[in-house]
Amino acid sequence: MFLVFPGFLFSAVMGLLVGWVDRKVTARLQWRVGPPWYQNFIDVVKLILYKETLVPEGVSKAMFLGMPVLCAASATLVSTIICVVNSTPAVGFMGDLIVVVYLLIIPPLALMLGGFSSENPLASLGASREMKLVLSYELPFIMALIVPVIKSGYAIKLGDIILRQAETGSIIASPSGVISFIVMLLCFQAKLGFVPFDMAEAETEIMAGAYIEYSGKALGIFKLAKAILTFAAPVILITLYFGGIKLNSEGFMSSLLEYIMILVLMIVIKNTNPRVRIDQAMGFFWGPVSGLAVIAILLAILGK
Amino acid sequence: MGFREKILTKSIYAFHVSSGSCNNCDIEILDCLTPRFDLERFGIILAGSVKHADVLFCTGSANRLCVPRIKKLYEMMPKPGFVVAWGACGSSRGLFKDSYNTTVPLDEVIPVDLYIPGCPPKPEAVIGGMVKLIEKINQTRK
Repeated sequence: MFLVFPGFLFSAVMGLLVGWVDRKVTARLQWRVGPPWYQNFIDVVKLILYKETLVPEGVSKAMFLGMPVLCAASATLVSTIICVVNSTPAVGFMGDLIVVVYLLIIPPLALMLGGFSSENPLASLGASREMKLVLSYELPFIMALIVPVIKSGYAIKLGDIILRQAETGSIIASPSGVISFIVMLLCFQAKLGFVPFDMAEAETEIMAGAYIEYSGKALGIFKLAKAILTFAAPVILITLYFGGIKLNSEGFMSSLLEYIMILVLMIVIKNTNPRVRIDQAMGFFWGPVSGLAVIAILLAILGK
Repeated sequence: MGFREKILTKSIYAFHVSSGSCNNCDIEILDCLTPRFDLERFGIILAGSVKHADVLFCTGSANRLCVPRIKKLYEMMPKPGFVVAWGACGSSRGLFKDSYNTTVPLDEVIPVDLYIPGCPPKPEAVIGGMVKLIEKINQTRK
């Protein structure tokens, strides 16, 4: 039952639809028409079913082809945990928030290892940029994550955070919640590799970064993993700051509205900013963004 | 037209090979992706890496230095892949026909599926060419 909803199939379909929203909004912002809604499905089906999968000479096959699968598996697991917790908050286990944090680090790690194992200089460059990016955004990400934990009475269970918000109101309604939400949004922008933090796959500089040697099925699975993460990211934000996705008839429309607003906000940030250099990104995340996260934590401890 | 052809024709990732062109054709490739013509409507976008590509857009006259590289790129493209010779130079070497530097035309180096003439080809000609490429892909049905 978990395979179909809310497992792999559901996450993949939703992720590809969200990917279409991304492409369509981007096209509309650039005054274009944009692709039809099934475009991402066709792209992935083409890569998985009909294209040749090439493995570069002298490359560890297990490493090169295993990493996309690892990436997709952990992305699916994140999406599944977060969807199950949202539909029935009592189901989760102790510390599932921490599990989600760890699972969110695995896709960039898999991308890095895949890039390094492909023995392409541009892929190595992309992977090393990705590594620096992970190092820079993880610090403010975890600090911002502490705020919902403090606000919900030191609960590290996603279900408890949702239930607590149902009692005392959403975390976003408090000053510390707003600040930590902004920090979290910027960190997810970097986690998903959206502009301004897409230097790991900067198409105009290093072609496709760590993806450069991937083709066919392996590339298709990577695309699927990225789509699933793009779907899961706003759901995580809604769970932590907006009191979770409500599945009853009156709450669902507002949850959907929140989801679309967060998604479109990310896409608009993506389309209105230039790519920053990797040192600028590190300075940005370790400087102002971490400072904001510290302020948010202090405010949360003071009960604001 | 079966399912395979439908999928292959609706999602064309193009890789741009410039083999000694004067840049006019290269600018026309970008023109096709801009708001007025917007080839992404049909699922045609530029790929960053040749391993992601379905179609090679070969501009330029394929000079001697570029020939081995074009061959290598063609071999690196995952199959099924197609080649479009772009502009007068790509199709027939254009005004460099008698040059010491361009001894063979592009279609004697790699198999070319489609020629888009013009110096440079207008975006309308490119879209017409893409329609013919889609017909050609439809004929590859096994």
